[in-house]
Amino acid sequence: MELNVEILKKMARAIATTTDKEIGCDDCFEFVDIFVESQLQGKNPAEAMPLVEAHLNRCANCHEEFEALLVAIKATTDNNH
Amino acid sequence: MSERTNQEWLDDLQGSNKDEAITDLRDILIRGLQYSLSTHTRGDIELLVEDFAQDALIKILDKLDTFRGESKLTTWAQKIAIRVAYTELRRKRWQDVAMEDLLPEDSGPDFTPAFLTDPQATPEQQINQRMIVETVMQTIEENLTDRQKTAMQAIMGGGMPLEVAAERMGTNRNALYKMIHDARKRLKRELLAKGLSTDDILAAFDSA
Ligand SMILES: [Zn+2]
Repeated sequence: MELNVEILKKMARAIATTTDKEIGCDDCFEFVDIFVESQLQGKNPAEAMPLVEAHLNRCANCHEEFEALLVAIKATTDNNH
Repeated sequence: MSERTNQEWLDDLQGSNKDEAITDLRDILIRGLQYSLSTHTRGDIELLVEDFAQDALIKILDKLDTFRGESKLTTWAQKIAIRVAYTELRRKRWQDVAMEDLLPEDSGPDFTPAFLTDPQATPEQQINQRMIVETVMQTIEENLTDRQKTAMQAIMGGGMPLEVAAERMGTNRNALYKMIHDARKRLKRELLAKGLSTDDILAAFDSA
């Protein structure tokens, strides 16, 4: 494995925030629709679902889909009124 | 478009109003995808979006009995459509990049050239940085499997999406996440045992 400063820093940050209890992408997917609705209702899903929040902060793929779902739900809900 | 409750959606999608309900749901999926993809994809997305919506619809109808009603059915369905769309877009975007291209050719033990990209550091800092890189390298070599190293290199070093890396490695995104999580936990423990905290690492490279 080749290390340069950038990878090393990325790795250090990833390791620094590593906890024993982390959910995977499947569990995140299971709850992300509830998370998004809660957020759009002005609630605080990060507090209610900290493991989902932590996964979204760590996993770029899940985060990207979460953002996309937010946009999609906003767009399709607004247009219904 | 008619507003349905979750129960009405379920009844309609499985009952005599099936065709109308499917058409309505497809319209919602298409609208949602158009918005969420417009910022990510250049060019004409109309046809792409219709394909994604169609593929998602098949999955959604197939999984309908797993819907637990904890969100709106339409939110749940859009979540599935977005997964379908992003999976395909990532696959397309990375189709010409081989995983091997993202791995070092034959790095061997000599990693100094790639590491010495921090000309701002003082000689003392450089010695400290070199010590840390050596420790991390050694810890990686001693503790991670080849698959863990390959995945971390491709994702952290090469920017390959987790999902694409998983597919190339013959596994799935969830399993690869867990494999990397195991690697992170192991490295954290082993580095600490060697007296190196992540704060030390970040502090040593803060100027870089
Ligand atoms: Zn994930």
